[in-house]
Amino acid sequence: MPLRLSALAAALMLAGSAYATDKIKVGFVSTLSGPGAGLGVDIRDGFNLAIKQLDGKLGGVPAEVIIADDQQSPDVAKQAADKFLKKDKVDFMTGIVFSNIMLAVGPTVFDSKTFYISANAGPSQYAGEQCNPFFFNVAWQNDNLHEAVGKYMQDKGFKNVVIVTPNYPGGKDAVSGFKRFYRGKVGDEIYTKLGQLDYAAELAQIRSVKPDAVFFFLPGGMGINFVKQFVAAGLSRDTQLFAPGFSADEDVIKAVGAPMMGMFNSSHWAHDMDNGENQRFVAAFEKEYKRLPSLYASQGYDAALMIDGAVRDVKGKVEDKAALQKALEAKRFKSVRGDFAFNTNHYPVQNYYLRVIGKDAQGRVTNKTMGTIFTHHADAYAAQCKMK
Amino acid sequence: MSQLVLEQALNGLQFGLMLFLLAAGLTLVFGIMDCINLAHGSLYMVGAYLVAAAAQAADSFWIGLGVGVAGAALLGLLLELSLFRRLYKLDHLSQVLATFALILIANESVRMIWGAQPVLLNPPEALSGPVEIAGFFYPAYRLVIIAFGLAVALVLYLLVARTRVGMWVRAGASNREMTEALGINVPGLFTAVFVFGVGLCALAGGLLGPLLAVQVGMGESVLILAFVVIIIGGIGSIRGALVGSLIVGMVDTLGRALLPTLLRAALPVEAASTLGPALASILIYLLMAAILFFKPQGLFPARA
Amino acid sequence: MAFYRAAPWQKPVTITLLLALLALPPGLTALGQAFYIGFATRVLIFALAASSLNLVLGFGGMFSLGHAAFFGAGAYAVALCLSGGISDGLVALPLAMLAAGLFALVVGAISLRTRGVYFIMITLAFAQMAYYLFVSARAWGGDDGLPLTGRMTLGGLSLASDGALFYAALGCLVLTMIFLGRLADSRFGRVVQAIRENETRMEALGYPVFRYRLLCFVLGGALAGLAGALLANQTGLASPNLLQWMQSGTLLVMVIIGGVGYLYGGVVGAVVLLVLEEVLSGFTLHWHIGLGLLLLGIVLFAPRGVAALFGKSRG
Repeated sequence: MPLRLSALAAALMLAGSAYATDKIKVGFVSTLSGPGAGLGVDIRDGFNLAIKQLDGKLGGVPAEVIIADDQQSPDVAKQAADKFLKKDKVDFMTGIVFSNIMLAVGPTVFDSKTFYISANAGPSQYAGEQCNPFFFNVAWQNDNLHEAVGKYMQDKGFKNVVIVTPNYPGGKDAVSGFKRFYRGKVGDEIYTKLGQLDYAAELAQIRSVKPDAVFFFLPGGMGINFVKQFVAAGLSRDTQLFAPGFSADEDVIKAVGAPMMGMFNSSHWAHDMDNGENQRFVAAFEKEYKRLPSLYASQGYDAALMIDGAVRDVKGKVEDKAALQKALEAKRFKSVRGDFAFNTNHYPVQNYYLRVIGKDAQGRVTNKTMGTIFTHHADAYAAQCKMK
Repeated sequence: MSQLVLEQALNGLQFGLMLFLLAAGLTLVFGIMDCINLAHGSLYMVGAYLVAAAAQAADSFWIGLGVGVAGAALLGLLLELSLFRRLYKLDHLSQVLATFALILIANESVRMIWGAQPVLLNPPEALSGPVEIAGFFYPAYRLVIIAFGLAVALVLYLLVARTRVGMWVRAGASNREMTEALGINVPGLFTAVFVFGVGLCALAGGLLGPLLAVQVGMGESVLILAFVVIIIGGIGSIRGALVGSLIVGMVDTLGRALLPTLLRAALPVEAASTLGPALASILIYLLMAAILFFKPQGLFPARA
Repeated sequence: MAFYRAAPWQKPVTITLLLALLALPPGLTALGQAFYIGFATRVLIFALAASSLNLVLGFGGMFSLGHAAFFGAGAYAVALCLSGGISDGLVALPLAMLAAGLFALVVGAISLRTRGVYFIMITLAFAQMAYYLFVSARAWGGDDGLPLTGRMTLGGLSLASDGALFYAALGCLVLTMIFLGRLADSRFGRVVQAIRENETRMEALGYPVFRYRLLCFVLGGALAGLAGALLANQTGLASPNLLQWMQSGTLLVMVIIGGVGYLYGGVVGAVVLLVLEEVLSGFTLHWHIGLGLLLLGIVLFAPRGVAALFGKSRG
């Protein structure tokens, strides 16, 4: 028995000591079940499409993507992240949708000196004082899309707005972003529970305030239910709905349909952007998954491209963390949304556009780009970040 | 302001009546067969999924509702004959274990068949808009749900109070041994009660599907509320289930809606928004604990 | 029937297992599987939690469906200690046990005045109330839970490494099992078991039945709090989900699988359930179905096993 044991031990030791350079491992933790699942699935599909187009390689090195579902729960996400970091020893992590989960998982990832490329969650905490060299966000900082809507509504002269958002870090960022640019009266700030599906109580509340417009941030299934119930309650007759692109993209449009026509929303990306990368991306996504990509999918795609560019830059030597960080900061990839740059806090500086939901050339109900709200817009927290 | 209260009251009524559909089945199974069924919420979920699947296949909500409820009832029949019959004789601990196992199996099966993402179920086109009542607009679909709930309550009342089967059910709830001794086909009665309860669950699941979401695990949260309802109302009593669910429905809805406004006088907006619903939930459990302490048999005891 | 009757082979087996466990962390590290030290720690913690429920359920005969509340209370207690500057486990752990125990005292004092299914429901109600309380406490993290600022130290030794925490958990479990074994044989233990077998008779004999039951309930709660405190250190988070009824259900399942009323019932149940989870989830995502069928099998084909220990039979 001792002989068998040591042979087994030797085999396992050899297996465990393989260096990371012969394979790039990416730990993908996202919300793949429950009302927020649509977002995670989109990010995953966008990410996987990029890997497929790169022949299963990142930076020329064979890539392995390990996927886990966080069930929209911080403790499940933490356990998954722990496993990825300690057992699978991943080189990168990505995928998280919700900011509260990001904040719960972040410290463990950063402590292990693993780079986190966020394809969605952009909490203000990591943009300012708690900025970290190991955190990159390839999408936006949470406040940005809400700031854009706020500016648009301010410019259009709305006087009495009700804000509806879930009570979690992403929701709070939404409110501060919106109020940074909208200076009119806020009739009411309604905080809902993350994952809430029945908005009867909140809609009655909105009705009693009688606002000109409602600004809501309810990603995924929450938004689908809210819009459907808003229309069913007859509120769409007197009150206009505004949202950041999160609550007005393909997943919500597919579920709600025609009642959403005419709804203005903000975004850093739209599928009708006419740069070459985007057109190729949209066509490939539609062919692979038989649906139009949402902004979440574009973010997942960009995250993979970002990792690919950086790994290529360091020639596969991902153990050299300093060089890898420089390569990531240098943004060695072409994003499908067009040109942008990273700020000192590793968040993007980019344009934000106005979109409206209407019918496209094929008669589908979808978003159309209408104009630009912000050019080269940076987030409001970069100054508080001590990184250079 | 009064319009706000009226609208919230309607919401509470709608919520309460749906809880009633769940609680009615649960209280009968618990009261007559003395069986703790933790999987009752899972049957509600399976019902919702069957309705959604049938509605998509038939491209009609109403057909989907009918087929889905029938399918769930059939499933309930199979479950009763194969599993629950044996559970009646066992002690509560075994029933908890077995029905907990059913929850696991149901959640995972649903995930296998329909995937982890929620399934879409839309209300009938004609009912997806508002109707005007008392000077304001209220969703037509919610009114239909209220109508369904009241109709079921009426049917159950007539069944239980005016028919012979209903008499057997009441007798079984009040004294099982005596009922058996009187020669009533008790196993048949049990099966009928169980299947009927499953049908009501599925009806609730199908009706609520368009409002909420048809997703894995949707039964767990309502299950607890259903238990609270039957404890408050009295195990084995349909009348108790109705009164209990209306109380719980109203307290929860009005609490969630009005408490934040009241609390905002003293607390910042975000804190008031979390504390309000939480207090409303705690209030319900406090009520249940109080009933258990002072009047453990519930408001309308069925047991002799 | 006594809590346990030590079979002659039990002692040497226990000692061998203990030695194997002591060698586990260095063994796993040598095999390059250091990640599983954390997993093993989890198993030890849940073994402790399940044993605490076994004390209440199997030993005391009280079917509590809200035991997870004490589990969660211990987790929050230690998280609050750490954020309040108390990082020594020798202070924080007893505090966690005290907090959970006091909570159990309040719940038990009210609940134990009810019987049967009403007792089951009222314990559930209290656990749910505690859950909603923690969810609404924004200062304590609300829905997302309260993260721990670091791990405790144990009288100067840091528990930051997985191995250190493993040994701490092992130590707690061993001490608890010794305590439970002694308790079963003590006068208190014999009275509690007698009450479980025949309450009316013990009442007639003049024993303060309520007080004995309450003390048993409180001890179970305190031990659950200890487990919760250790778990919070392991995961780095005190989450309100620890108090949910499904968590109580999971602990219950562990005890039932392991053997209600047997001294090692909680330990065996926790090991079986968690190891099964880890192994099966490697094969298929849908391993829950297998687990559910297994549980059904236990109920249907070994009902005597479950019921006999409980001493209940139906006419």
